[in-house]
Amino acid sequence: MRKANLTFHALRECNKAMQTRYAVDRFVKYLLLLSALVSIFVVFLIGLFTLREGWVAFREIGLRALLTGRVWRPGRDEFGLLAMIAGSVLVTIGAMLLGVPLALGCAVFLAEVAPPGVRAIVRPAVELLAGIPSVVYGLFGMVVLVPLVRCIPVPGNTGYGLLSASIVLAVMILPTITNIAEDAIRAVPRAYREGALALGATRWQTIVSVTLPAARSGIVAAIILGVGRALGETMAMIMVIGNSVIVPRPLNDNPLTIFLSQARTLTGNIAVEINYATGLHESAIFATGAVLFVLIMIVNSAAHILIQGKAK
Amino acid sequence: MYLERNSKSLLILTGLLVLAMLATVVGCQSTPTPQIPGPAPTSTLTVGQPAPTAEPTEETEFESTPDPTPTPAPDGTQITEAGSTTVQPLAEKLAEAFSAQHPDVEITVQGGGSSVGVKSAGEGTVDVGAASREIKESELQEFPDLQIFTIARDGIAIVAHPDVPVDGLTKELVKDIFAGEITNWNEVGGPDKLIVVVSREEGSGTRAAFEEMVMGKEGPPIVDTAILQPSNGAVRTTVSTTPDSIAFLSFGYLDESVKTLTIDGVEPTEANAASGDYPIVRPLNLLTNGEPTGVVEAWLDFILSAEGQAIVVEEGYIAVK
Repeated sequence: MRKANLTFHALRECNKAMQTRYAVDRFVKYLLLLSALVSIFVVFLIGLFTLREGWVAFREIGLRALLTGRVWRPGRDEFGLLAMIAGSVLVTIGAMLLGVPLALGCAVFLAEVAPPGVRAIVRPAVELLAGIPSVVYGLFGMVVLVPLVRCIPVPGNTGYGLLSASIVLAVMILPTITNIAEDAIRAVPRAYREGALALGATRWQTIVSVTLPAARSGIVAAIILGVGRALGETMAMIMVIGNSVIVPRPLNDNPLTIFLSQARTLTGNIAVEINYATGLHESAIFATGAVLFVLIMIVNSAAHILIQGKAK
Repeated sequence: MYLERNSKSLLILTGLLVLAMLATVVGCQSTPTPQIPGPAPTSTLTVGQPAPTAEPTEETEFESTPDPTPTPAPDGTQITEAGSTTVQPLAEKLAEAFSAQHPDVEITVQGGGSSVGVKSAGEGTVDVGAASREIKESELQEFPDLQIFTIARDGIAIVAHPDVPVDGLTKELVKDIFAGEITNWNEVGGPDKLIVVVSREEGSGTRAAFEEMVMGKEGPPIVDTAILQPSNGAVRTTVSTTPDSIAFLSFGYLDESVKTLTIDGVEPTEANAASGDYPIVRPLNLLTNGEPTGVVEAWLDFILSAEGQAIVVEEGYIAVK
């Protein structure tokens, strides 16, 4: 009887202790959930706020006119974002063309080729690039790159434009892509490389046909993050791109000279004009933000689908 | 069992949080409407407060007694100003000088741009608005009680890259260049080089004043291939580093790094602007909604007094009296 009681008592104590532990467990779980929700909440709020502020513009101007209008002249109530959309897309393409090969080369070098001593110098140096403020990049671009680009002898080339902006952006997204791509390449199991080498592949063949394909999803993620950063960059762009509201066009017969054309990005449109904007103009600026938001969501979703599709 | 219950409560919690978000958003949505005009009456009221207590002697009281004892409630001694970034540094100096004489008066000066200045003065969110251009017809229609005080004048110079050999233009030629009808320096007596037009962005008071005085009210817009920079300083840097470029610049920002061009043969100097010979001069305006009262009136009187106008000249602008 007494013994049974004791057992019962012990069991109860044990149960209590378990319950306390469960409670702590639950508490931590909800705390973590809360942190996750806060970030969703913030994105949700920003999206909603932008849409709400831009709503008047979407209603008054119309989505179609806003997206396809070539003329942006707030003083005369003309609000077309096509020039800015084209500017943002083109400068991002330019930055990707220049930056992605460079960043991937850098990542492969750091992950596969560089001896530890070299890596210990190169990696922090690349990371340092991420720490340089955007306005400093802009200043560098304005004082060094713009005069250099101006040397290209094409009539109408002022130096300010897509090429200068793309070069600045390519350097700015370098650390983002390099770091993530390097991590992805490092995460490829050693056995893959050993297998390839054992089959007689050279180091370069191993990198190209085994390591890089295996790290593909990480590399795609890195590039997408770079695209996101490029689309969102503002200050440095304002300083070197010229900010003219024109749909970029080639300066002569050579289609490549489109990159010498001035342009304005969506972000630049917001930053340059928000100080002055009132009424419909202000709302149109927020609509610009909403368009940018959607553009970045499209890029992210595309990346998601791409990664998942390839994984299957 | 444990898991199941847990995931259920997780779901409930998520739902609750989403509801909370929505509530916040809805709360957000309903507040701004009254909130924006909300502070307006209070701030105008606080400034208006001293008026009934000592209306006729108001000004002399402030002018003659630096001692703050007879002044009314301390919240009645604040002035808020916002608007044109061209006026901002000048307004700060004028506020500083006024506060030095009246330690009990606190003046807050903010930027925002001319359009913001007109809007916030009209809506009453600030006591004094600032605009570095004429007030538009549409703005006067929207805010009919707006009182305009021109406190100074500012010239706008036409500047070019230092290597441009052209020394002067006529107002017509400047208009044609900025409209994109003249695109080569050789059309105005220079070398065979394409002209690089640099301008401020849409909405800038300097640009609005330039458009009104040079391009004409119904005139052509500034050519869309112009390089746009968002401040006077950035325009100056761009012109000084870009060969064959031309731009307009507030007198306050002129320096050695750019070449000033004569307009119709007149040098862009303060003396020529004050005498009326130089054609591109704009007013710097302070605005109040209705007749100013109390400390606001005292501050405006101070600005238009000899002492205030001396500060205007000191800061490189043209006095109005």
